[in-house]
Amino acid sequence: MSSKILKFTLNGEPVEIAVSPEDMLVDVLRDKLELTGTKKGCGKGECGACTIIMDGEAVNSCLVPAMKAMSASVETIEGIGGPGKFHPVQETFMDLGAIQCGFCTPGMIMSSKALLDKTTSPTSQEIKKALAGNICRCTGYVKIEEAVMAAAEKMREKQ
Amino acid sequence: MLQDYLFPETISEAVSFLKSNEGQARIIAGGTDLLLDIPEGKIKTSCLVDITRIPELSKITLEDGVISIGAAVTHNQAANSELIQEKAAALAQAASCVGSYQIRNSATVIGNVCNAQPAADTAVALVALGAVAEIANPGGTEYVPVEKMYAGVGKSTIDSASQLVTRVSFPAAQKKQGTAFVRLHQRKALALPMLNVAAMVALEGGKFLWARIAMAPVGPGPVRALSAEEILKGAEVTPEVIEKAAQSALEQANPRSSALRGSKEYRTSVLPVLVRRALEQAVANAGSSCK
Repeated sequence: MSSKILKFTLNGEPVEIAVSPEDMLVDVLRDKLELTGTKKGCGKGECGACTIIMDGEAVNSCLVPAMKAMSASVETIEGIGGPGKFHPVQETFMDLGAIQCGFCTPGMIMSSKALLDKTTSPTSQEIKKALAGNICRCTGYVKIEEAVMAAAEKMREKQ
Repeated sequence: MLQDYLFPETISEAVSFLKSNEGQARIIAGGTDLLLDIPEGKIKTSCLVDITRIPELSKITLEDGVISIGAAVTHNQAANSELIQEKAAALAQAASCVGSYQIRNSATVIGNVCNAQPAADTAVALVALGAVAEIANPGGTEYVPVEKMYAGVGKSTIDSASQLVTRVSFPAAQKKQGTAFVRLHQRKALALPMLNVAAMVALEGGKFLWARIAMAPVGPGPVRALSAEEILKGAEVTPEVIEKAAQSALEQANPRSSALRGSKEYRTSVLPVLVRRALEQAVANAGSSCK
């Protein structure tokens, strides 16, 4: 199998890595770059657990060939915040209990962040539309929507 | 087994990559359908030719009253385009119904057409809009109406191992013309349509000059409701006329029973309702109302 050198920006840092033309971005992130925050659920673009942000847009990394990341800027859950300095939407998911088992959470947060990067005054409808591709099988979606609303408010206060 | 992944910079380079690989290479745009078909063995290819970085294919343009959408334009780009919302509302509505937000950020409108599913939402809208596809072949350029791009269920007339659809074009809605798209589905996201209908109408002096109606899945691809179109031509814009046209849409419709998305009987009962709604909304979009 021929391997290719993939160069892209991952969470603000330049990355260079050998990939196969067959590799999906989710597998490269998880298995080669050991960023396992991005989850692989269905592998078919139905569940949204693998959502990342590529060049500003939320996409399913299980349906993105790794080669499509060439020269692109990719953000994963690890890049948007963590212990010590959480992103507002990570904080509100924790504060408001918008988490149960947690498997869908990284994808939910990445879809939410992509929305909040475009607007910090989203309507309930806009949140639902942005998150409709992210499936949660435990908590339901009410607290998740509330957490995104609360994060938007936090971000507006900081502006 | 995939051996290579190429990024051509021009349309002619893309076509020559296909040609030099003699059927072993294939076009990829968003890839959201293709990348499910390859692991399942439905499509065999050793090289993907990614067209999303060819600059001219990313454009939505309006020139001399004709709107063109390039092959790399995603569903979200089409749905969020003010030009499309204003001059081709049916397409904006259809594009916003496909998959999920993430899918719509990757998946392209032209990919939706080339994948040739019977009820591909944007194909239904494009047929109602009278769209024509521009196709780059090794031997030159060819133009084919979107309506003629279905060779069967899930089968496109386009061979993505040798040719490339570069754009689809259709006339922008003029004054007193309106378009609409309606869709029946079990969920608001990640659900294939149980039925979808798109309509374009041209009005003058309280009458329909003409109408174009596409409906699916009632055949291998979007099907024109020709009887309804005939009834509307020259007729008064009234609820009675619209109802009569809507009922006649069944003459061209042959829905199949789906275990998941409605029986033949159910779809047959509901189709006229959707055609009526599509026509009412297209009339409203044209800035008029049913008297």
